[in-house]
Amino acid sequence: MSTEATAINMAARASLWLKPHRIVLILIALALVICAIVFMRWDWLPQYWEMGLMGLWRALWILAVTCALGFALAVPLGLAQAGGPIWFSAPAKVFCTIIRGTPLLLQLWLLYYGLGSIFPQYPWIRESWLWPYLRQAWPYAVVALTFSFAGYEGEVMRGAFAGVPRGQLEAARAFGMSRWKIFRRIWLPQAFYRALPTLTGETVLQLKSTPLVATISVIDIFAVSSKVRQDTYLTYEPLLLLALIYMTITGILVFVFSRIEARIPVKIG
Amino acid sequence: MELLSPVAPGWGGTLLVGLLHSLEIAVGATCLGLLIGTAGAFGKLYGGPVTRDLLAVYTTVVRAVPELVLILLLYYAGTDLINQVLAAMGYQRVDISGLVAGIFVLGFVQGAYSTEVIRGAILAIPQGQIEAARAYGMSPGLMLRRITLPAMLPFAIPGLANLWLIATKDTALLAVVGFFELTLATRQAAGVTKAYLIFYLAAGVLYLAVTLFSNMIIGRVEAWARRGMPSIKEAR
Repeated sequence: MSTEATAINMAARASLWLKPHRIVLILIALALVICAIVFMRWDWLPQYWEMGLMGLWRALWILAVTCALGFALAVPLGLAQAGGPIWFSAPAKVFCTIIRGTPLLLQLWLLYYGLGSIFPQYPWIRESWLWPYLRQAWPYAVVALTFSFAGYEGEVMRGAFAGVPRGQLEAARAFGMSRWKIFRRIWLPQAFYRALPTLTGETVLQLKSTPLVATISVIDIFAVSSKVRQDTYLTYEPLLLLALIYMTITGILVFVFSRIEARIPVKIG
Repeated sequence: MELLSPVAPGWGGTLLVGLLHSLEIAVGATCLGLLIGTAGAFGKLYGGPVTRDLLAVYTTVVRAVPELVLILLLYYAGTDLINQVLAAMGYQRVDISGLVAGIFVLGFVQGAYSTEVIRGAILAIPQGQIEAARAYGMSPGLMLRRITLPAMLPFAIPGLANLWLIATKDTALLAVVGFFELTLATRQAAGVTKAYLIFYLAAGVLYLAVTLFSNMIIGRVEAWARRGMPSIKEAR
């Protein structure tokens, strides 16, 4: 298509989207934003923005690490439930049920306060090389969020593994592929494509659970906003900015995943 | 183990009171969410362009912002707003009880999710059934009561059941704003007795029991709502 036609197409789409009532709504929204900027207090921003950036970086880092680790854990969990013998599938099912049946906040506090109070009683743990890490809060946050992601995504992967047509696996076996090769080349990729749309939702949910780590004294962006609220006695400004930041990250995540999804061949099954 | 006994020296009673508060909030929030969700779904499907756009903003924003942030925002904003309105009308400031505020806040969040669930379920009703109802000359209210709501129920129940389970777990977040429910009760009991592991495990068992019990009930309800329809296994 020529650039001219693209431009016309885009203009047509824009005019379809920009109906008169939308323009009015957008103007109202702009007026609200300008009111918020003018009438609310934002003079604390220069003092705290460096801290906020650090918090944002930490939240994103926790999100990336826990999603990657959680997905790595979800694959065996899903595989065990979809096609494993009972002594693999039963523990995996119990794990998923427990994780999905209790609040993440409780799991987090159970690990941090519960296990955290048990560990110091054993001298051999205190003398081991792990102790400097176990004294901090972030390992507990990472473990709890990883387990949570693995529990939810393990259930999704179970469905995805079970949903791969049998014919595909039989064809692979007929080609003489080894079991590991079938898994690597056929079963896992096809299951992954099937799970990808839900993976977007799970990642956004995971992003929305990261502020919970602030309750066990990990300083993420949410903790920074709480500190601003305590220091300046402002209620709304830090929270509104925080909501805006999370909405932006969600938007970026959804956009990135939709681009990845668009690259994957649609014809499956 | 005697720490968990329900009578005075043990903290079991405290935990059970917390559980009761959690369930009260979860039930209230789910009911409010269903009301908002039904209205929102009809607004999204049959409303005018402005209603549709406003509802789209509502569902998108609520689903993109963490529940914890929303709870803090709505908790402060809601109580503040009510008190300012009361002050403007010349009444005294009132203390809004944690229960009401919690139900309102979680219900508002649940409403956004159930709007989408119910909208999808209504879209899944075979178009002919609604056309037939119109052809019979049913008024919109009668059609809603006799056709749309019962026909969408089997499609909506799995999603709504998920939302109920999410609601029971989201009540834990109210511990952060200081409402006395199961998680905060556990934290207090554990803090006083220093037996952290026992109390958190006990609370986990309670939450899990609620989930498993709900699953059992949901299975029954789903079978009831799907009565007369071909079973999913046969349809494949």
